[in-house]
Amino acid sequence: MTYGVDAALCYASLLDMLGLWERLLRRAAVPVAYSQGYNPHQRLQFGSPLPVGYSSECEPLDVFLAERMAPLLFARAVVRQSPAGLTIAQVLEVPLRGPALQSTMRAAHYRVRICAGEGEEQVRAALNHLLGRAFIVRARTKKRRAVDYDLRRLINDIRHTSSHGHWHELHMDLACGMGGSGRPEEIIDELGLTVTQYSIHRCRLIWSKGQESR
Amino acid sequence: MQVSVTSLQRLLARVSKPARYAGQEWNSIVKDWDDAQVTFALAFPDAYEIGMSNLGLMILYELVNQRKDLVAERVYAPWVDMEEAMRAAGIPLFSLETRHALREFDVVGFSLQHELNYSNVLNMLDLGGIPVLAHERGPQMPLVIAGGSCAYNPEPMADFFDLFVIGEGEEVLVELLECVRDCRAGSRSRTARSRRDLLLHLARIPGVYVPSLYRTLYNDDGTLSVLEPLIGEVPGRVRKRIVPRLLPPPTKPVVPTTRVVHDRGMVEIQRGCTRGCRFCQAGMIYRPVRERPVAETVQAVGELIASTGYSEVGLVSLSSSDHSGITEIVSQVTTRHGPDGVSVSLPSLRTDSFSVGLAQMIQTTRRTGLTFAPEAGSQRLRDAINKGTSEDDLLQATGAAFDAGWNRIKLYFMIGLPTETDEDVAEIARLIREIRAQGRAIRGRGVRLNVSVATFVPKPHTPFQWVPLASRATIEHRQALLRRGVRGRGIHLSWSDWDSTWLEAVLARGDRRLGPAIRRAWQAGARFDAWNEHFRPDLWQQAFQEEGIAPSFFTARERGQEEVLPWDHIDAGITRQFLWEEYQRALAGVPSPDCRADCRGCGILRAFAQERARVADGEWGCP
Repeated sequence: MTYGVDAALCYASLLDMLGLWERLLRRAAVPVAYSQGYNPHQRLQFGSPLPVGYSSECEPLDVFLAERMAPLLFARAVVRQSPAGLTIAQVLEVPLRGPALQSTMRAAHYRVRICAGEGEEQVRAALNHLLGRAFIVRARTKKRRAVDYDLRRLINDIRHTSSHGHWHELHMDLACGMGGSGRPEEIIDELGLTVTQYSIHRCRLIWSKGQESR
Repeated sequence: MQVSVTSLQRLLARVSKPARYAGQEWNSIVKDWDDAQVTFALAFPDAYEIGMSNLGLMILYELVNQRKDLVAERVYAPWVDMEEAMRAAGIPLFSLETRHALREFDVVGFSLQHELNYSNVLNMLDLGGIPVLAHERGPQMPLVIAGGSCAYNPEPMADFFDLFVIGEGEEVLVELLECVRDCRAGSRSRTARSRRDLLLHLARIPGVYVPSLYRTLYNDDGTLSVLEPLIGEVPGRVRKRIVPRLLPPPTKPVVPTTRVVHDRGMVEIQRGCTRGCRFCQAGMIYRPVRERPVAETVQAVGELIASTGYSEVGLVSLSSSDHSGITEIVSQVTTRHGPDGVSVSLPSLRTDSFSVGLAQMIQTTRRTGLTFAPEAGSQRLRDAINKGTSEDDLLQATGAAFDAGWNRIKLYFMIGLPTETDEDVAEIARLIREIRAQGRAIRGRGVRLNVSVATFVPKPHTPFQWVPLASRATIEHRQALLRRGVRGRGIHLSWSDWDSTWLEAVLARGDRRLGPAIRRAWQAGARFDAWNEHFRPDLWQQAFQEEGIAPSFFTARERGQEEVLPWDHIDAGITRQFLWEEYQRALAGVPSPDCRADCRGCGILRAFAQERARVADGEWGCP
């Protein structure tokens, strides 16, 4: 399944989305498979977590069913129970023994809108400067320790696509998967512009070769 | 005024857990204000995660919104970072459904469940653009009302509310909103006089208390001399409202997008309790007992699961295992919904009515938590507080739980109870060790007991309403005794913080003179007093001092039988004589039987004879 999240739901965390989907699927009365053990839970597999505050039109979710169900019927049942802010873009049957979602993701495309004090030329110049850097060293906190990483390595491409007054739209192609994920807000921070507001929308996920049909 | 989506998004980008302010949750009800004749904000003075777990609010939300001419929306206390961001941006407190500013509503109703939420009430009013003092509200301001268990002693908050609703809100709230509708339809504009007239009309509704229509006088020793009406049209005592029979439960509650304290559906299976535990205010103020029929409960559970998708349903009451049909309810629910992965939880279990069969039924799907509340360690003290359970009952219940597969059990105890001695507290430790040994014998070394030891706070309308709060030295001494007595693996012990206990005790049995101190504490920055990380007892101590109030007057005094209590004008249906007799029986260590077995004439049947006549025999727990 591929689903979208808009402004009404973009503040839900991954844990929140997990709970939301569990309840949605139960309301939809689709035959979800459950894990074994003392605390059985629905067998769901998400892709790379969508950070809080991002909207998206391409979030993947694998749902394991206890019995086969036509994708169209599944889609209808789920759409009927979907809360505000959630849209179902695509439902298709995938092989039971396919690779885990996270292991096949390679990159993500983002449409980023920033409101900055600078004009179009300065924004373009800042972008070019950023892309011209060999390394962009930043720190992330992992298990309560600050860990350095190279953000430049996670940038595939960034283009300025349009400007309207103080608002500028950028298209970012960033690594996303097991090897590390680039975060648009970190790139915004590195641009060095006076950004007062921004919005981030994940518009496409890029998969490993052979998994493109997702 | 409605807060714009853009303004909201700017705020939410900067605060923690932004989902709690976004609204648009599944089952939330958004209505057109143009069609509404009265708009009502249901305000819960704590964080979203707490308020969304409150069943009372869910009941009223669904009930009011069933009416085409009424609108009910929700408002919760914004967290400290959100408050700061809102004040900096000049954004008022708003409702989740339509983002209307609080001051735009006709009526704002607060649910007062805990005294430590009082500062949040003032903060929410202020953030909502509403003057915190009732007498400063102009004619265009909403009516600000309150209900809930704390309304049974409304006096500490009398300065801030236009009126209080005493008792169960299902019927009286709708009557109140209809009265607002009718009064406002009759007058062309809102004036100071029309606001006064409105309050007079509302004061005539049974169960409504308008504090500005009453005055207080004090004796030289500081005790209350009298609390009496200023006009003849209002009653000397305001009797609580009850519903003779439980209304159908809400089956389409709002499902939060983000995690909350109780992430489960809830169906109230019974209201009230017949056990008569002497420390328990809820057991006194929610009388009489009314059970929900088995068939109605089972159907409601099914509808609730279908409309929410929750994987757990709580069967809620003060004493779930006392419901005459509890086994049948649990059996039917687990049979119908267990295969879909839905489990049942029973939040309030008595040890004397918990059975092996019940335990095994609950854990067939997924094991939810089990909590038992022995409250006291010795039989002598359990008899004095009328807990009505024995050590055998407790060990049988815990044994049944361990046998059925539970490794973790939660236990609730209290210290600081009247007549308590160090020996009684030592018995708590012994009992805990015994249960641990029992658990290890059955389940092995993986057994874990989570033991919560609260400090007893005397509450109004209970047999212990005359009793002083135990001293800090006594409590800390007994907490230390307990810690020494329950060392070792497998036991996690937690206990009440003294300062929060102290403040709760002051506010619970305070009078109208506390109002200025509450306001001063809020002005100094008191917020979220029920949360350790934000509670500032120094602000409260300073506020009391600056207002010339000695808190110990409200906490440390034993009150005399004849003393006029600040809540005497609120009639919970229980006679003062009954409460005093129960108090004396407690001091003598004499328990009282369950009132289903032997009516002790608490007063409920006389007070609510008309309501009783509207139901069939056997529908109430009263004989």
